Amino acid sequence: MPTQLESDVQTSEDAFRTEVRQFLATNFPDELKGTGNMMAGLDGPTDENPVQKKWREAVGGRGWGTPTWPKEYGGGGLTKGQARIIEHEFAKVGAYNPIGGMGVMMFGPTLLEYGDERQKLEHIPPICRGEIRWCQGYSEPNAGSDLANLQTFAVDKGDHYLINGQKTWTSGGQWADKCFAIVRTDRSDKHKGISFMLIDMDAPGVEVRPITMISGTSPFCETFFTDVKVPKENLVGKEGQGWTIGKRLLQHERTNISGGGRLAGMMGQSLGDIAKKYCETGGDGALVNKVLRDKIADLEIRWNSFLLTARRAVEESKAQGGVSEISSVLKKVGTKLAQDRSELLIEIRGFQGLGWEGDEFGNDELEDVRGWLFGKAATIYGGSTEVQNNIIAKRVLGMLDHQ
Amino acid sequence: MAVLSEEQEMLRNMARDWATKESPVSEFRKVRAAGQPQAYNADAYAAMAEMGWVGIIIPEAHGGSDFGFLSAGLVIEELGKTLTASPLVATIIAASAILLGGSDAQKAKWLPRLASGETVATLAVDEGAHCDPSAIETSVSGGKLTGKKAFVHEAHGASLFVVAAKDGLYLVEKGDGVSLTTRKLTDQRSHADIQFAGAAAEKLEGGGDSLLGDVLDRARVLSVAEMLGMAQAVFDTTLDYLKQRVQFNQVLATFQALQHRMADLFADLTQMRSAVEAGLQAVDSGFGVARAATIAKAEANRVLHAISNQGIQLHGGIGMTDEFNVGFYLKRARVLEASWGSSSYLRDRFARLSGY
Repeated sequence: MPTQLESDVQTSEDAFRTEVRQFLATNFPDELKGTGNMMAGLDGPTDENPVQKKWREAVGGRGWGTPTWPKEYGGGGLTKGQARIIEHEFAKVGAYNPIGGMGVMMFGPTLLEYGDERQKLEHIPPICRGEIRWCQGYSEPNAGSDLANLQTFAVDKGDHYLINGQKTWTSGGQWADKCFAIVRTDRSDKHKGISFMLIDMDAPGVEVRPITMISGTSPFCETFFTDVKVPKENLVGKEGQGWTIGKRLLQHERTNISGGGRLAGMMGQSLGDIAKKYCETGGDGALVNKVLRDKIADLEIRWNSFLLTARRAVEESKAQGGVSEISSVLKKVGTKLAQDRSELLIEIRGFQGLGWEGDEFGNDELEDVRGWLFGKAATIYGGSTEVQNNIIAKRVLGMLDHQ
Repeated sequence: MAVLSEEQEMLRNMARDWATKESPVSEFRKVRAAGQPQAYNADAYAAMAEMGWVGIIIPEAHGGSDFGFLSAGLVIEELGKTLTASPLVATIIAASAILLGGSDAQKAKWLPRLASGETVATLAVDEGAHCDPSAIETSVSGGKLTGKKAFVHEAHGASLFVVAAKDGLYLVEKGDGVSLTTRKLTDQRSHADIQFAGAAAEKLEGGGDSLLGDVLDRARVLSVAEMLGMAQAVFDTTLDYLKQRVQFNQVLATFQALQHRMADLFADLTQMRSAVEAGLQAVDSGFGVARAATIAKAEANRVLHAISNQGIQLHGGIGMTDEFNVGFYLKRARVLEASWGSSSYLRDRFARLSGY
């Protein structure tokens, strides 16, 4: 027997589900069914057609792309249960969430936590409407894994900061409107000399140069700052608080790199099914090459327990509130498994799985080759696997500093 | 850790408390020293039954507490942490077989006896040194079962056997036509080959063609809960040791090579826990059991194997001594890895279930 409270919740959830269905029936155009979210991706320019624009505005207008964010800043103001209903109902009709990108995944949650009222009112609503693309100004040529070694400097000029320096691996920098960056405001303290600032990408003195990667694509940029003026109100938190805020944002990033739908989507079709197309099978439909078959099963078992772990992390963080401490495990495990999968896919396809270009190769084959190469970045960015290991050892396992 | 209900948390805390206070590894040492073939403390098992653990998956109507498999796993995990020697897992597995395949009369007769601890039961499937349910020669004619079962867990304490024959599962009571040959394995628990020579047998008629497979999946998810507890215990003990042991004027835990190895093992253990809990939850929900149980056992085998080896390595020489507990876990680990499907068996099964 459900309690009165449980049945009330049930009734209100049913009503909300009906509301979502009606919204979809009215606003979601058939022609977008099953298509992806270009605006949220890192690897393409903003190139929105009028139908996509209308869909984005419909979802963004209600705050349903960021359902649990507060209503006063343009979010949906909904419960987690209602957010799940949106996700579920959207998926059922093949509708994508048009609101995404680094603003949603990383910057927004961080600003909601650390920003002042004026900053939240200025920056969160455009994220909820999907109008602004954010990029991340973190890494520098001499500040990779040793991120706190960053040297880009902001001089206090009274009503503004004057910024000089260089960022690198700026994902989507060439398409971004704004950049959340960690910069140095004090050279005397490595960690406490860092501040978190918001920079307009079209401000004078900002120059962006795409970097060509081994995969042949250019999703990352070098970003140069020469005497760039940043108004004082674009400082988030206090001067010197940037390392704390910046690390918090990385927690959100790691959870998204590993647990997000992006990676799950990348894994796509079962390797066993693909192998049956490229390799000999016996009368029972099993792969004749038992060694390869064993390797595939081993990888797929580990991938399955990774998905279960990602699900558990979500459930745990919902139950406890806040990011689960196993987010570092997800990043490390998920990226490694994705790389292992790409390598195994090449073994399955042979030379046909190593095509660079040409009509003799299928689109999936060519995409997987580029994905294999680009995937090498996944264990480097967002805190390399080695950095993740340090974090797990020290913060989770309480092992002492090795330096 | 899966998100638990209040009831489940209480159950787990009670089991943790009991295992820590009443059944630390020193109790297993006593059992070993006593050298009895049944290899468990009958008083301790009676206490477990009293607390409702043996009847944990048995409906209340048959004297159980009906908490389900995830809850059973919570208790078994805590007992695994301290290597508690008992026929608890074996009896719960047997109970699951009777629940799935037994008639109302069989359930009414046996389940209350199992739940109360009066009757210890165990599952006997394999006839050789490997898990191979497709190679069963045992047969039944005129209600008499004949065949040989190998390396049966908890055979000495059991008075009821759930035996796999060519045409299904049978209940056989210890008695005429049942003879045991003790097989001493590294874990120093109860194992025996059993010769059935025309023993009186009663078939479990329900459960359909998949009964044996379904019971084996339940054996897998229950066994991996014990393995999870063991892996967690070895990991925790090893981590504590690394934080205390000083070499080169430095605590071992400050060496980055060891930190990264522990980070790897922690990630593995996290994966294992997810797979184990999902396996137990799958049985409770009745959805995707074969696949979930296969993943759970395969991951448990992989991870416990690695952690039990690294537990010895990271303890150094002292880990090689009988005085230190870590070796006990290694020896029990391999026995459980071989039970109900080795890693290679499970990968083959996963591929078959996935259609390649």
